[in-house]
Amino acid sequence: MSEVALNETNVAAGTGVTRASVLNRLRTTDAAFRTLTRIAVLTVLALLSGVILALLIGSVPAFKAFGFGFVTTEVWNPVTEKFGALAPVYGTLVTSFVALVIAVPVGLMIAFFLTELCPMWLRRPIGISIELLAGIPSIIYGIWGLFIFAPFVQKYIQPFLIDAFDGVPGLQDVFAGPPYGIGMLTAGFILAIMVLPFITSISRDVFDAVPAVLKEATYGLGCTTWEVFKHVILPYTRVGVIGGVMLGLGRALGETMAVTFVIGNAHTVSASILAPGTTISASIANEFTEAVGDLYTSSLIALGLILFVITFIVLAIARYMLLRLHQKGR
Amino acid sequence: MKFSKIALTTAALVATAWSAFAADISGAGATFPYPVYAKWADAYKKATNVGLNYQSIGSGGGIKQIKAKTVTFGASDAPLTGKDLDEAGLAQFPMVMGGIVPVVNLDGVKPGDLVLDGPTLAKIYLGDIKKWDDPAIAKLNPGAKLPSQAIALVHRSDGSGTTFNFTYYLADVSPEWKSKVGTNTAVQWPGGIGAKGNEGVANNVGQTKGSIGYVEYAYAKQNKLTFTKMVNKAGKVVSPTSETFQAAAANANWKSQPGYGVILANQPGDVSWPMTAATWILIYKTPTDAAATGEALKFFAWSYDKGQEMAKELDYVPMPTNVVTDIKTMWASDIKDSSGKPLFAMTH
Repeated sequence: MSEVALNETNVAAGTGVTRASVLNRLRTTDAAFRTLTRIAVLTVLALLSGVILALLIGSVPAFKAFGFGFVTTEVWNPVTEKFGALAPVYGTLVTSFVALVIAVPVGLMIAFFLTELCPMWLRRPIGISIELLAGIPSIIYGIWGLFIFAPFVQKYIQPFLIDAFDGVPGLQDVFAGPPYGIGMLTAGFILAIMVLPFITSISRDVFDAVPAVLKEATYGLGCTTWEVFKHVILPYTRVGVIGGVMLGLGRALGETMAVTFVIGNAHTVSASILAPGTTISASIANEFTEAVGDLYTSSLIALGLILFVITFIVLAIARYMLLRLHQKGR
Repeated sequence: MKFSKIALTTAALVATAWSAFAADISGAGATFPYPVYAKWADAYKKATNVGLNYQSIGSGGGIKQIKAKTVTFGASDAPLTGKDLDEAGLAQFPMVMGGIVPVVNLDGVKPGDLVLDGPTLAKIYLGDIKKWDDPAIAKLNPGAKLPSQAIALVHRSDGSGTTFNFTYYLADVSPEWKSKVGTNTAVQWPGGIGAKGNEGVANNVGQTKGSIGYVEYAYAKQNKLTFTKMVNKAGKVVSPTSETFQAAAANANWKSQPGYGVILANQPGDVSWPMTAATWILIYKTPTDAAATGEALKFFAWSYDKGQEMAKELDYVPMPTNVVTDIKTMWASDIKDSSGKPLFAMTH
């Protein structure tokens, strides 16, 4: 605006710049800016479709050889070139599920503490240290997990779980030994730490947005802190919280390095979450460099495609849930 | 999440391809010989001012890159077959050797205390022998106090030449292993946990009581792991040392396979270590860039002649002199530029 005003004084001063030429120039810069934004968007879309196309083409030999059975077969035998995706898909879903089961309640509690209960002067340091967790490279989590956390799990957590659930129908299979230290549960723990900052920081932002008058009114009615959390803050912010959880889930599904170190890398589907397993991205990271032969490489690319589809489905479910909540809210 | 990873991989591949042009000699492949190649390259650069750029991306990657002609030579821990070599027009020769040793974690057992043999090792990895006090193990170790402890199996999770040589040996001594599991850089393991790299296997064995794994000898020695002795083909108990690896190499019939593709597992001889392994170089017989291949051959010749001590310092085993002479003769007769002029002249 100021530019236009300035130009108008120029016109008034009779410097020969007409109003039309100024407007014209503004129109061209505006058009150029709009085109640039479009190009930026199109580039990303072109990249995305290129990736999908590359995954599709790359996975054709695998799907040709194994058909849809690729997704439901557990065998992964590089010697006889028989491949199936069931074990990595199962491992991916189980580890991400374990991670969310741990990280969602912990993350929400931290966020609530930071927004409602924490003394003012402590909020920033605690908040920053949790966000710093997101800045640690995943290889560091992997090394820490293998050298420090896994022995701890093996010594204390796993024997405890095995003993605690021994004889409980159903659960005794979920927590069946032997305690190796590394396995799907350990991978889930590490993932939980990695997704915690996402869930915490988004939840904290949306908790902060709850109008103070609502909370104060509820407290005024004699509600406890827990009741305020459960009946006011959570319902008010669930859209944002779900967004944060889905962001965390996205990270957990695709995480590679840290998981590879602690999951045990066994291509098996076992009921016990203490047992070694594998995930899609861990399998690719482990085996891609040494995959000799078209079918082997293609099967790994097909795994990548499946992960793409899983991530897409997760995002779609998140969108759908947000949409429904939005409609209900109105 | 996924596409970022693929983009990274692509970027890495592009970077590899590019950096290949920056150096005087470019190669890619096996990780097993990387430390000694790097040491040779460093010394060679000081001596001749010609550098080597070696990407240790794995044997599979090395084979792919040499076939795509993005590097001057490829390196692989698993030899190509004569048919593959002929189809691609590649020459193949072994560069250096090493050994693979079983490592264990048992209370009171020190390096070299325990003795195993091939069939027993195969049964352990098949899951047929589940406890350390199994009669098969006790028979090989009379007088040893073996605990009634479950055996925890550790294997490599990444595809590797170490796994190739290890499973080759197990398949050679156990028909059951051959039919059920087979031999490859990665196999479908009947059980146990997978760990990434030698260091991953070593660490998992180190922190799991009652476990067994397999690593390269150089790695086991430098990290003072509890390796075992083995009963070899001649029925003698041997320790993993440079001498027993060299004995296996000396007893091998290198001419029996095209491209010297002899796998040194289970070689005859009283002092031969049964899990000795060589690593190979792949190079075009009629390369498009003859000058680069000529430089590479000069580097290999220098490494054979001057690099023996450096290899030994890193616990690798140099190739026997007679084999080296034979390889050089092969270079002089087989590797030529497009006009048919040999790229290597025998001077030594």
